[in-house]
Amino acid sequence: MTETASARKDPGSGSGRSLRSVLFSLEIDTRLVGMLAALAVIWVAFNVMSGGNFITARNLWNLSVQSSSVAIMATGMVLIIVSRNIDLSVGSMLGFLGYFMAMAQAVWIPTTLGLGLDQPFTWVIVLVLGVAVGAIMGGIQGFLVAYGGVPSFIVTLGGLLVWRGLIFRFQQGVTISPLDSTFQLLGGGPKGSLGEIGSWLIGIVLCVGIAYTLVATRRRRRRYDFPVRPMWAEVTIGAIAVAAVLGAVAIANAYAWPPALAADFAAENNIVEPPGGLIIPTGIAYPVLIMLGVGLLMAYLSSRRQFGRYVYAIGGNPDAAELAGVNVRRTIALTFMLMGILAAVSAAIQTARLNSAVTNLGVQNELDVISAAVIGGTSFAGGIGTIPGAILGAVVMQSLRSGMLLLNVDSPAQDVVVGLVLVAAVGFDSIVRRRAS
Amino acid sequence: MTTIASPSSSPATVPQVPLVEMRDIRVSFGGVHAVDGVSVDLHAGEVIGLVGGNGAGKSTLIRVLSGAHRADSGQIIIDGTPAQIDNPRDAKAYGIETIYQTLALAENIDAAGNMFLGRELRSRFGSLDDSAMESATRGVMGRLNPNFKNFKTAVMSLSGGQRQSVAIARAVHFNARILIMDEPTAALGPAETAQVRDLIRQLKSEGIGIFLISHDIHDVYDLSDRISVMYHGKVVGTVKRTDVTTDDLLAMIIMGKPPGEATQKELASLHA
Repeated sequence: MTETASARKDPGSGSGRSLRSVLFSLEIDTRLVGMLAALAVIWVAFNVMSGGNFITARNLWNLSVQSSSVAIMATGMVLIIVSRNIDLSVGSMLGFLGYFMAMAQAVWIPTTLGLGLDQPFTWVIVLVLGVAVGAIMGGIQGFLVAYGGVPSFIVTLGGLLVWRGLIFRFQQGVTISPLDSTFQLLGGGPKGSLGEIGSWLIGIVLCVGIAYTLVATRRRRRRYDFPVRPMWAEVTIGAIAVAAVLGAVAIANAYAWPPALAADFAAENNIVEPPGGLIIPTGIAYPVLIMLGVGLLMAYLSSRRQFGRYVYAIGGNPDAAELAGVNVRRTIALTFMLMGILAAVSAAIQTARLNSAVTNLGVQNELDVISAAVIGGTSFAGGIGTIPGAILGAVVMQSLRSGMLLLNVDSPAQDVVVGLVLVAAVGFDSIVRRRAS
Repeated sequence: MTTIASPSSSPATVPQVPLVEMRDIRVSFGGVHAVDGVSVDLHAGEVIGLVGGNGAGKSTLIRVLSGAHRADSGQIIIDGTPAQIDNPRDAKAYGIETIYQTLALAENIDAAGNMFLGRELRSRFGSLDDSAMESATRGVMGRLNPNFKNFKTAVMSLSGGQRQSVAIARAVHFNARILIMDEPTAALGPAETAQVRDLIRQLKSEGIGIFLISHDIHDVYDLSDRISVMYHGKVVGTVKRTDVTTDDLLAMIIMGKPPGEATQKELASLHA
């Protein structure tokens, strides 16, 4: 408690701590807290309405897998919208890249090159190729926006039509299937998951990372003699973060393999099934792991790298960025290239999950991705938006969809609700922001 | 010349080459000649006032020097050697820093982020070293504006004066040799304006050459060694501060003629 008693200004100290001052001391993004609260309300409401079927390990595990593809792309969309642009082509890019990667592993490598199915490195080669093509597709659009001076709305509207048109031209309505057996694991499912021990290991690594970041930040601020958070605040933040991580791992592990699959597994490995069946914890699914990796990388890129700083500066004031010597055009082009790469990652997850590429893969995904970014607090005025917010936005969207599915709400009614929530969320947000300023 | 004369007393006899010379600069937008064959020069430790009415071409001229706008023709000579300035990065490489009238701040980023925009300090592995940047910003601000405390908030929530000090801090932190100040006191109250005037005198004494653009003729008159008056894209005349009165300047600004050429009748009409 020597920390709080020190001479440093601590608006949270004193007897009557209001919620606001506690949040101030914690230096937590209040918007993010608000979104988490909204998510909690949605979950509890669906749980009550569905008679306790929403907050179950099984449903939350599914929710995490279903959110991952849109969440991954939403992290890229944040940077595009922050720099005052838009990308309407992500759904079509995803469809094209899914088709491309499916062809590479189901036709080109096994048949055209005569190497056969299920080679050990097929999935890596396919993934690298997909990411490279995604970077090129996004790069072309980015080049046209940044150097060609064509508005991003137009360029990517064109992209939406062109990439989708190319799929129909080449694929001719044929479903490309089956995919490489290792590649399929990227889509999740009981076998495409980390399992119990792997999940705990990832959880522990994340916890160590959180602790290290908190300590390192505090040390750095101390070294420069900057004000630091009171110790109780540091410990509270660390404890909440660690609890959240370990709780998520526990939930993922609480979801067991489906009994039939577990029985097959027992038979294959000559394990005698105990009475009541073999319980195999599923753990964190690979697509969720990929989403976590992408999220951390994108958060680092956006807040700790020059590139990210420039993206936000351009969004805040393009002229100022230019006058400060920022290479505005290159930065804008790179955001679109990054979007293409992320579309490739999501395309891999979606095709792997379906174990095939279909012509309408990714149709309307651009709307989900943009909605996720916007619900996550990204402003179309530019300059404002966060990566964690966008991921949370994707989870909110998916929670609404799967909750309504659980309540047997039909698809048109789902669209109505999601549409209303989108507008209401942004409207509410702009009112709060106006009040604050 | 045993001692170097102070530039304000006799700039014409200073033996050194000018810090900057802009020769015959022309810029046109469509058919309009915004800057039409303008030549100005600036010595180390000298303040040149640039005055003129709206649309006289002052801002366009200095935008050429700061790399924000490319001239159609003309030459920029720095330390006696022709310089190629195609963008703001080039200008900064020559030690030219600019405080724009609009301040040119990214509203959503904090003071340190703005001060180091385009020149971020980076730690190992190329990550942004935000602590080092904040520390440097606190240092500069401690000298420029000791009341400045909001180092963690986006500049959009700062007052006009605070925002101005961020813009000024950015220009003076990087060891500028040539400083362009476009309406540096426009958004400021009397106390802050006095602070900026002190700062200009201090920077001048450190040997920095300053182009000062201002609507406030008294500001320019008090601070400048020489004053160039622009009118419809041309320089009407460049005069030593000691040779003219503010009334002479006003006459030049309004009528676009050097003091000797204006008739008594025209001058009288100004006071009518």
